[in-house]
Amino acid sequence: MAEEYKPKILGIVCNWCSYAGADLAGTSRIQYPSDIRLIRLMCTGRVDPLLIVKAFIDGADGVIVSGCHFGDCHYIEGNFKAAKRMFYLKRVLKSLGFDDRRVRMTFVSASEGAKWAEVVKDMINTINELGPSPLHKEAISASSGSAGFGGADTDMAEIAKAGKMLEAAPVQKK
Amino acid sequence: MTEKKPNRVGVFICHCGTNIAGVIPIEELKAYAKTLPNVVHADNYTYMCSTPGQEKIRTAIKEQNLDAVVVAACSPRLHEPTFRKASAAGGLNMFIFEMANIREQSSWIHMKEPEKATQKAKDIIRMSVARASLLEPLDTKYIPVEKSIMVIGAGVAGIQASLEIADSGITTYLIEKEPSIGGNMSRLDKTFPTLDCSQCILTPKMVDVDRHPNIKTMTYCEVEKVDGYIGNFTVTVRKKARGVKEADCNGCGDCAAVCPVTKGNEFDLGLGPRKAIYVPFPQAVPLKYTVDFNSCIKCELCVKKCGDKNAIDLNMKDELVEIKVGTIVVAAGFDLYEIEKKEEWGYGRFDNVITGMQFERFINASGPTGGKLIRPSDGQKPHNVAFVLCAGSRDQDANPYCSRVCCMYSLKHAHQIMEKMPGVVPWLFYMDIRAFGKAYEEFYYRIQDEGAKFVRGRVSYIEEDPATKNLIVHAEDTLLGTPVTLEADVVVLASAIVPKATTELLRNKLTISRSPDKFLLEAHPKLNPFSTSTDGIFLAGCCQGPKDIPDTVAQAAGAAAAAQVPINQGKVALEPIAAKVSEELCAGCGICEAQCPYKAISMVSLADGKRRANVNDAMCKGCGTCGATCPGGAIKMQHFTTPQIVAQIDAFLLGGGQ
Repeated sequence: MAEEYKPKILGIVCNWCSYAGADLAGTSRIQYPSDIRLIRLMCTGRVDPLLIVKAFIDGADGVIVSGCHFGDCHYIEGNFKAAKRMFYLKRVLKSLGFDDRRVRMTFVSASEGAKWAEVVKDMINTINELGPSPLHKEAISASSGSAGFGGADTDMAEIAKAGKMLEAAPVQKK
Repeated sequence: MTEKKPNRVGVFICHCGTNIAGVIPIEELKAYAKTLPNVVHADNYTYMCSTPGQEKIRTAIKEQNLDAVVVAACSPRLHEPTFRKASAAGGLNMFIFEMANIREQSSWIHMKEPEKATQKAKDIIRMSVARASLLEPLDTKYIPVEKSIMVIGAGVAGIQASLEIADSGITTYLIEKEPSIGGNMSRLDKTFPTLDCSQCILTPKMVDVDRHPNIKTMTYCEVEKVDGYIGNFTVTVRKKARGVKEADCNGCGDCAAVCPVTKGNEFDLGLGPRKAIYVPFPQAVPLKYTVDFNSCIKCELCVKKCGDKNAIDLNMKDELVEIKVGTIVVAAGFDLYEIEKKEEWGYGRFDNVITGMQFERFINASGPTGGKLIRPSDGQKPHNVAFVLCAGSRDQDANPYCSRVCCMYSLKHAHQIMEKMPGVVPWLFYMDIRAFGKAYEEFYYRIQDEGAKFVRGRVSYIEEDPATKNLIVHAEDTLLGTPVTLEADVVVLASAIVPKATTELLRNKLTISRSPDKFLLEAHPKLNPFSTSTDGIFLAGCCQGPKDIPDTVAQAAGAAAAAQVPINQGKVALEPIAAKVSEELCAGCGICEAQCPYKAISMVSLADGKRRANVNDAMCKGCGTCGATCPGGAIKMQHFTTPQIVAQIDAFLLGGGQ
């Protein structure tokens, strides 16, 4: 089927800053591409890197994690912790040969509706440049089976391994 | 993956007038929703939030025996509480409810791509249904509220808020970092448009604050740290060393008379002198002297003069005080834009270029010149005075916003010049005169009739005649389309209002947001202009945005009323989204303990000698940082559990429904 390629991008955003910023983009009627779907959490500190790995296994082409600016976190420092985890996750993905530009951590405040639209546009441009995720096809074939790790081939096994590695060595602050 | 029984989910789709229905075909959405797993009922209505809309939810819960509700409408940040109540009214636990935001996150941002908007709305509903199927009932927790309120900043906003709160019988802590309360309003001479004397209307309020049995005024104090949450804030306040014991000082001023050190008085913007031991202005409240330790030479003449009263202590040290309050009103005020950054106008280089606030001090009877406007270069009376409006406001290179008061106070200055110095002509260089308030436009006409000259055009640059120190003002008269040049003795720059530099630090301590213009961010620009996104913290006055005095007072009274609500209710509801530790899964590694920003997790030893994490429910805010780092998956974040989030991810990427 010669369907136009449309990237699938997941945004995991915090309730207080980035979700509110995305809402403001809506209230301000700022138009931007429709390729992103959001999951709202209270804080980006809640973002377990495995959730992002899961999204890639499911066939996401890109994931944005977006929280408050440093110093603005509603929970003091959740965004710092999330950023640190993203840093580690990107390193792990990279070491597995998975382009780490597919994961992005951004900081958008509740008053930055226009910035949110720019962040999404920019991410979509990046993903369009990179093309579909190497896991995309596998995810589609796997989706007929049980959701998750079923039908994993080499790439998926490696990603799963990335998950294991993270489990074994969680980001830890003194 | 989950053993939970399939829920009976009801989906309710809102048209929101044409906000949603104008872009997305509702019938198509409804048909689609019915194909989703667990969905047994789908309905739609023009305005789901209206009484009949909510009634639909209530009856459907009963008739269709629903055990989860999804409303596809606007943002949960707007109407989640509304619909939670509606499903609770239908007999469900209010937390088994999920909102699918298809307005802000779809119909409004993809108005020109209805097909894509529809596809996205379907995805959003599918994700919400997946989450709703896994939601669990939770019980709301209530916590008691500390029966006191803190007001930070004692300008007119803080004063008004404190009086409103204290009059209703609540203990109020009014914190001010300057030695006196009064703020910027106490610097002003007259106020537009009625020409009331600013001190005459403010001083009685300042005295009321001082005498009020419910107000504990703490001047020369700063907020050091803020802990806790709505109902239970613990604020650490730094009592700066004043050098004078407030209880013993009677304000006689003998100390200042003997003090050999002279400094520029900050209250007069450096135009007049003060001593190293001083009160900033005669009407100061409290009338207690303060030692400026940066300029004090410790000669102890003041100590000797004070004698038996023994009120001066030059070895005084800063003190930290902890205060417990239920809610906080932030009234941190404003600064003037550093207008020297606009070099073309020569402020700071040319003696006779002053700011509007300096004009206020010159024209004020208690000011450094006893109420006479003089040329700072030679002390002579000016003959031509030019006013530059929008100085640093409505300017893409400085501040893009309108400061809202400059037009009006410049008109007032023009009036004062014509009243006090007959024959002197004020020239106002303006972009537009914004006279938006009650009786403001009339005031504008009055000043025109009195003979002020108006030139519509921005001043491009100002030159100084080195011999006379007169100023040559260059502008374009945009109504005539010709360049104009004016020789003036004094130029007054109506510099923009900007947030106080210290507000940024305070904001971080309070964890509240700001808008791009750096003013503090309100919860809703129209319907909730005095709350913040942090429960229990409210805003009043210019820290939220430029305001004139009537607007400041109105907002302060509003913030005061809002801040009293939790106090009067006696308890506040906390979202029951705390972390929960599974004792079987927890290995006692302690990683979560280090991650928690609220110290809500502690490691406890069980009877069998094993270490386990334990969450203090009252301290946990539910951010989820611990849950994200637990290597054993032993921490369950209630309402944001891993299966719920994974269900959303799967629903988005793996599809479902037809």
